[in-house]
Amino acid sequence: MLLAVLSGFIVASFVPFLGKLLRGKWSFLLTALPLCLFLYFLNFIPQVSANKAALISYEWVPSMGINFNFLVDGLSLLFALMITGIGTLVFLYTSAYMKGDRYLDRFYGYLCIFMGAMLGMVLSDNIFTLFIFWELTSISSFFLIGYNNENSDSRKSALVSLAITGLGGFFLLGAFALIGNISGTYSINEMIGSADALKGNGLYPVIIAFLFIGAFSKSAQYPLHFWLPGAMKAPTPVSTYLHSATMVKAGIYLLARFTPVLGNVPAWNNTLMIFGGFTMFYAAFHSIFKRDLKEVLAYSTISALGMLVFLIGLGTPDALLAATVFIIVHALYKASLFLITGIIDHETGTRDLAKLSGLRKVMMPVAVAGALAMLSNSGIPPSFGFVGKDLIYASTLGSELGAALVTGVAVITNILLLYSSILAGIRPFAGPLPDAYKTVHLPDWRMWVPPLLLGVGSLLLGVFPGLIEGGIVGPALLSIDPTAPAFHLQLWHGFNVVLALSAATIGGGLLLYLLFKPSVGQPAWVAGLSASSPKNIAGYLSRKFRELAHLWTSLSQNGYLRIYVLVIISFLTVLLAYKSFTEVKFYVELSKVSPLTSAEMVVMFILAAAVIYVVYTPSRLAAVAAMGVIGYCICLIFVFYSAPDLAMTQFAIDTLTVILFVLVLYRLPKYIHYSNWLIRIRDGVISLFFGTLITILGLEVLNEPTSKETTHFFAENSYALAKGKNVVNVILVDFRGVDTMIEITVLTIAAMGVFALLKLQLNKYDQEL
Amino acid sequence: MKHLTFRTAASFLLPLLLLFSVFILLRGHYLPGGGFVGGIIASIAFVLHAFAFGLGQTRKLLRIRPMGLMPVGLALAVFAAVLPLFQGLPLLTGLWLSKPIPVIGLVGNALLFDLGVYIVVLGVALTIIFSISEAV
Amino acid sequence: MEIILAVIVGLLYASGIYLMLRRSLVKLVVGLVLLGNGVNLLIFLLGGLVRGKPPLIPDTATYLGQVYADPVPQALILTAIVISFGLQSFAIVLIKRTYVVVNTDDMDQIHSTEEDDDY
Repeated sequence: MLLAVLSGFIVASFVPFLGKLLRGKWSFLLTALPLCLFLYFLNFIPQVSANKAALISYEWVPSMGINFNFLVDGLSLLFALMITGIGTLVFLYTSAYMKGDRYLDRFYGYLCIFMGAMLGMVLSDNIFTLFIFWELTSISSFFLIGYNNENSDSRKSALVSLAITGLGGFFLLGAFALIGNISGTYSINEMIGSADALKGNGLYPVIIAFLFIGAFSKSAQYPLHFWLPGAMKAPTPVSTYLHSATMVKAGIYLLARFTPVLGNVPAWNNTLMIFGGFTMFYAAFHSIFKRDLKEVLAYSTISALGMLVFLIGLGTPDALLAATVFIIVHALYKASLFLITGIIDHETGTRDLAKLSGLRKVMMPVAVAGALAMLSNSGIPPSFGFVGKDLIYASTLGSELGAALVTGVAVITNILLLYSSILAGIRPFAGPLPDAYKTVHLPDWRMWVPPLLLGVGSLLLGVFPGLIEGGIVGPALLSIDPTAPAFHLQLWHGFNVVLALSAATIGGGLLLYLLFKPSVGQPAWVAGLSASSPKNIAGYLSRKFRELAHLWTSLSQNGYLRIYVLVIISFLTVLLAYKSFTEVKFYVELSKVSPLTSAEMVVMFILAAAVIYVVYTPSRLAAVAAMGVIGYCICLIFVFYSAPDLAMTQFAIDTLTVILFVLVLYRLPKYIHYSNWLIRIRDGVISLFFGTLITILGLEVLNEPTSKETTHFFAENSYALAKGKNVVNVILVDFRGVDTMIEITVLTIAAMGVFALLKLQLNKYDQEL
Repeated sequence: MKHLTFRTAASFLLPLLLLFSVFILLRGHYLPGGGFVGGIIASIAFVLHAFAFGLGQTRKLLRIRPMGLMPVGLALAVFAAVLPLFQGLPLLTGLWLSKPIPVIGLVGNALLFDLGVYIVVLGVALTIIFSISEAV
Repeated sequence: MEIILAVIVGLLYASGIYLMLRRSLVKLVVGLVLLGNGVNLLIFLLGGLVRGKPPLIPDTATYLGQVYADPVPQALILTAIVISFGLQSFAIVLIKRTYVVVNTDDMDQIHSTEEDDDY
């Protein structure tokens, strides 16, 4: 199991080495990976449909409760099958679509990583591994959207989507941390047991707010939806795979997964219904004004996602069943439509609806696939979409609050969606064929077979919904709502309100299509709306933020080292001075002070004189000599006060330092006074003030009783434990040996730095200057 | 600086200082001294020699590049640190031979560790001084 | 004695920082050395001054007697001395290298890595 999840990452890590092979005609071989995984997950169906979820554990960081716990239940199996199934088709499609691309190997690598991350996410039972995989999908999505990295639009879209989904991830982590804390477990499966504790907790609104922000950002709900149309800059296989079938469903998955834990509370249901309902209407409305095929699809995807959120919000068993079915329906037809768009784009070089028509004459199988997808999208019998739409209407009619209103919104949304599905699935193929496209021909079979397969699948499932009823839909529903009653999927329910609504939807959609021509374009008042759209607001915010950052940086990071030092020191001085004035009573206990001998007096005097001399001397050589004197004086202080080791070391090092300075000095510039006297006085005052504070601080600390526990330990045990009598040395080589180890490593690095600076000639740089 | 007196003195000082540095290293566990001081004194010995006879001569005397000393010393120290692991004891546990060796005294992995420090410090100091004096 | 030593530490800090605030690169390094010495002495001072009792266990004993100099700050300072040697030599060489490449000692002229300076 672990292998199955990680196989994407493993393969991705080998891809760069197989680059040459993959860029050639063998690229389709990678399709074997998702196919094998698909078959592997199919194996779980009998087990899962018998309602026995498979929990497979691997320990990762057991001490923090973070484990690789993989849970295969109905819901995760449904998603795993979708990820690998559509993955197989997309991998196959890519091998033809991206043929001859320079970085095809890289592209496949990203795709593999994404697939692995996505599988890991839906299979994780531990919320932290779930989170890690969640973020990995965001990151791989970033690379895939920005795949055409020469294009600045592409880069920008990638950045926007990363920013939005990353922001969502951040909130999600917060939600997970809270959930984990309150329920005391990081396993989703175990959390169900403490669902009541979670719902009753005062932080419940915060948890669901954070969780919603995470889910909405990923599943493109208003007002975080605008990254998705931008993400259409990605190559079409990516749009198909990530931005319609799988990744954007991650948020849906999350909501579904947490429904048994957090759901069935008015706050949960109403929020989801409001956001989902608004999103589905808003996006469907926008989709009909778009002229770029991919944009139409992007908005209708957002609308469909809104529908799913809305259904989860409804929360009745009927609605959850509808959501489960609609996930499958949508994945099938939307992936198909995207793939078809990709074919059209690939063969004709445009996605502009105004230019495309009559393509059925040159690519019949694609037109068939488009028609099939459109049927399912519009919910026209006998497609699977019809089954889904029936269930949706059945559940909205059964809604407790405002059945008429929610049903109305659903119907209007569906009418608009039907319109956009005709735009995407029929319109490019209908009508006369323009001369410009006479030479267009059917693409490689690897491109047109996948959408056709998906279309046929929709049809098949529509006629025989029983195929997946017990194996996939049933268990998936049970893992969202363990108490859901048994159900039966069927195409024909007899004449009832639901059927009437369906008929009204279809009729309305067709009518709209006949009356409203897409070539009319976007009316002015729709354009006016976009000024206050979330996208523009976010863009404005990010611009302002950047300006603020720039201002702040130029204020605080002006590039003058001494200004940094000045700021830090002044700040410290003020802080210390404030503290010492307000809280420290300054006194020195003279009885504790050790007496002064005449020899020490002389040493101190020489030391002080040397320090002052270093500061004032105009000669560098004199300064170095004075520094030597300072060093030897300090050495004498060590001798006076029982530190023979220090004295020896100080003496030897001081000698070396002076030698070093003398060696380098002749090549260094002479002292020059750069600053004027005013600045020098300012600096002098600040440094003197700071020095005084340090003196006061030093004397003050002396009066405080210090804990000598470690000292006593070393003093008593250095012979007993380490057989050494020089306690300082014993500390260095035994008690604190690791520190010494690191210290000599640092020394080595410093020496290598010196060597590199001097020996490796920076030839190019030297010549430049 | 290549005065005859200085040269003569330096040629005597080199072995004397080296011997002294080893002495300092060995007694470090009982009396003031240890790897750090020993290493620096040894490097001073070589620097003196370099001043008297020129860098080329000193390099010849050393035979190996001072850079090469650093990894050797580090490896020795690491070896001394992980030695107790082989006996199932925690990292850096003191291990000692049961009987003292004449002249050197009691030998344990602490001494080995200190020897590693000595070699690293010697290597570092010589690398720095030699590179600088060659580059200037 | 402690008082005078504290004053000396303060003096070392003050002059170290004063030199670090100069525009000259060489003074920066000199200031760094002074500051390093000041820190070492401060730690030494805070460990307590004890005369004539080094932290060595006498031949006849197996542990230190009642009054002895604190070995912990000494061990700290010992490593600090050696490390600061590495730091100082690196800084010196860096300055020399900078001087050769940029041909100025004035830090105000090398404060920016950007080619076209808009300040």
